[in-house]
Amino acid sequence: MHFEFEIEAGDFSKLGFASSQLKTILKQLLGDHKVIRRVVVALYESEVNVVAHAYSGKVIIDINTEKIEIEIDDKGPGIEDIQLAMEEGYSTASEKVREMGFGAGMGLANIKNNSDEFYISSEVGVGTNLKIIAYLK
Amino acid sequence: MKIKDVVSIINGRVICGEDMTHLEVQKGFASDLMSDVLTLNSDDVLLITGLANLQAIRTAEMSDISCIVFARNKKVRKEMIDLAKEINIILIECSDSVFKTAGKLYKAGIEPIF
Repeated sequence: MHFEFEIEAGDFSKLGFASSQLKTILKQLLGDHKVIRRVVVALYESEVNVVAHAYSGKVIIDINTEKIEIEIDDKGPGIEDIQLAMEEGYSTASEKVREMGFGAGMGLANIKNNSDEFYISSEVGVGTNLKIIAYLK
Repeated sequence: MKIKDVVSIINGRVICGEDMTHLEVQKGFASDLMSDVLTLNSDDVLLITGLANLQAIRTAEMSDISCIVFARNKKVRKEMIDLAKEINIILIECSDSVFKTAGKLYKAGIEPIF
């Protein structure tokens, strides 16, 4: 199964729409499965990053009997030092993002923790691409 | 503990989800930082927060949290109620501070996650 969602950057009122849709789809497909919370949290954290930092973003989801693959591709400022950005506590989030309850510098690490495989690439001035894979086992 | 007992212990006001207050919660977590809530991996958790916005509801949805207590007299807005109704989350308002609310519930037997 293949799904695509657009993420509107800067719009906190729509934040979580893609994750919510994914949760509904996975509940219908898998019932109560512990993988659901992991991938839904990983996608939600990714949505937070796009809304908080990027100009626009796209989510591409592929689900088969073996695994769930999620790609989050954004157009934005990119990440200069990925290793530093992965460190818990490091954040470049604005005051507005912090007021929303995020921006503590834990997002990328939490996405990785909730994935079986996690890939990140970024180009400064172009954007960031995340790939999250979770196996159904 | 049943959520209706939580309501009575903290003298809370159920804003939506009254029909689900027979559900049980075992553990509690208090935070205004949704990033921290998103790192939890427990079931039947009650969230106590002072962050009254849509993201608190969305975060609860992603973390499988079925009940949020908004402490220190924070008011739930209509858009939050609409979303919570759609995804079956119980919203409770409470006048006490986060500390006092958590203290009352801890004393009554709600366990910490860690």
